[in-house]
Amino acid sequence: MERVPTEHVPVPPLAGLRPANTGNPEIGPLVKSVAPVLAPQIIGARGLAKTYPNGQAVFAGVDLDIRADQRVALIGSNGAGKSTLLKCLIGLLPSTHGEITTLGERFMAAPSAAQLTRLRRQIGFVFQNHGLVGRQSVLTNVIQGKLGLPGSWRAFHHALARQEWREEAMAVLAEVRLADKASARADQLSGGQAQRVAIARALIRRPRLLIADEPAASLDPAVGRDIMRIFSELARDHGITLVYTTHDMQHALDYSDRIVALKDGKVHFDRPTMRVSLRDMDGVFHG
Amino acid sequence: MVSTPSATLPRTLPPSRLPAISPLSFTILVVVGALFLVSMGQVAPSPEKLANGLPRMAELVGRMLPPNTEPGFLQRMGWRILETLQIALVGTVFGVIISLPMGWLAARGISPLGAFRHFPRALISLFRTVPDLVWALLFVSTLGLGAVAGTMTIVVDTIGFCGRFFAEAMEEADKKPQEALHAIGANRVTVLCGAILPDVMPTLINSSLFALEKAVRASVVLGLVGAGGIGQELKVAFDLFQYRNASAIILAIFIIVLAMEFLTDRLRAKFQ
Repeated sequence: MERVPTEHVPVPPLAGLRPANTGNPEIGPLVKSVAPVLAPQIIGARGLAKTYPNGQAVFAGVDLDIRADQRVALIGSNGAGKSTLLKCLIGLLPSTHGEITTLGERFMAAPSAAQLTRLRRQIGFVFQNHGLVGRQSVLTNVIQGKLGLPGSWRAFHHALARQEWREEAMAVLAEVRLADKASARADQLSGGQAQRVAIARALIRRPRLLIADEPAASLDPAVGRDIMRIFSELARDHGITLVYTTHDMQHALDYSDRIVALKDGKVHFDRPTMRVSLRDMDGVFHG
Repeated sequence: MVSTPSATLPRTLPPSRLPAISPLSFTILVVVGALFLVSMGQVAPSPEKLANGLPRMAELVGRMLPPNTEPGFLQRMGWRILETLQIALVGTVFGVIISLPMGWLAARGISPLGAFRHFPRALISLFRTVPDLVWALLFVSTLGLGAVAGTMTIVVDTIGFCGRFFAEAMEEADKKPQEALHAIGANRVTVLCGAILPDVMPTLINSSLFALEKAVRASVVLGLVGAGGIGQELKVAFDLFQYRNASAIILAIFIIVLAMEFLTDRLRAKFQ
């Protein structure tokens, strides 16, 4: 297990290419021999497989290369292994085979405790069920997003938190349009509002990578679209790489730059969203 | 002629009126029944005994009335009642404070001790199963007569009561916020303070108020073994045949316990 540099790693050409030094298209490249410069790698997986202890294979032979600033939708039908793959990629679940490099931490199976600590400090999480503490205020829930960061033990309640964290929490709440609910109890919020608080709680960590597991699955269609739009815009505005799972085809098409489809334990396709047709999507869920 | 469905379907008998009982269950029922009948013959009061006791009870009640209302006695009783409430309050507060970490250490799936959580659980069980009068005798023997022994008894009794309920409440706390905080690397203590305690707070307050109510009742009788409080005054009254003093004390105890139940009921309703 080791740390690897994340800047400008040459990798095989996959999605995530950022065209650089292209010069004037009429007169050609300024320097002909310069290779394309890639955005830093955020997640890399080679030959990844996961089998449960009962012998049930979830996925196998998964190769992934997710680059900075991408918004990646991981799609597949229920039970396709999307959430399991996501958890393996960030070290929350051990994989059975293969190598993972996430945010510069390279590991087989599971990261070491030190690697996991470093990973967690750079990742924001949003869960389908939002995971808010119902009897705490919205402000406290957002500030709790700081837990796990160095010197964060006071972040379990807003009354004890540092003043700059309280101000930061109010700023991210304003970004999700919930600053006026700072004093409200989390269990008094609607499903959409609770999910927006969960997004604020993830953003206050200033993560490099935002992971969302079915963030809109338990919401009605209009609220779900609103949540996905907020996600997508905030990730783009803050320069955060966004990886989310969904089984909603339209969410994947509307709010991602790239779609990775899982089917029958394999990557069915992995391409830029603009090159994914509805027929491709239909093949993932029904074909 | 069209045949009805009931005529064509095979005949099925209704289930038995009584549930089936296994031979083992039947044997246990017979043994428990026999034990009850034998015990009743040995320890239950006979009608003659009850009939003989009733006049004596009436005579005692007659000697207890009217309750003593002399100012000197009432003042002494007032101080003892205050001491009783002090024992209950201080013992409960310390007991609740100690029960929080004890409950956390004993809670399944939450305790940082893993399999060793059975040790704090066993300690809580020990505190609960040994009666408070026995604890009071132990503390009177080690700390001497008086209110301190009573307070220590209430502390131990409260840990036995609250420790168990706190552990169970923590085990049943909503897991989703805990998982969300664990995922970002929050440590066990901050998950406890940030997610578990806020979620189970109504249960904790409820249990603590029950413990206070229980402590007031217990601290009343602790004086019988010399552990301070109004119970000590009651014992003296009976020992010296001062039945009018005893009736005044019993009346005061009744009012205290009733007031405490009323107060804790109101507080419980407020914190729901």
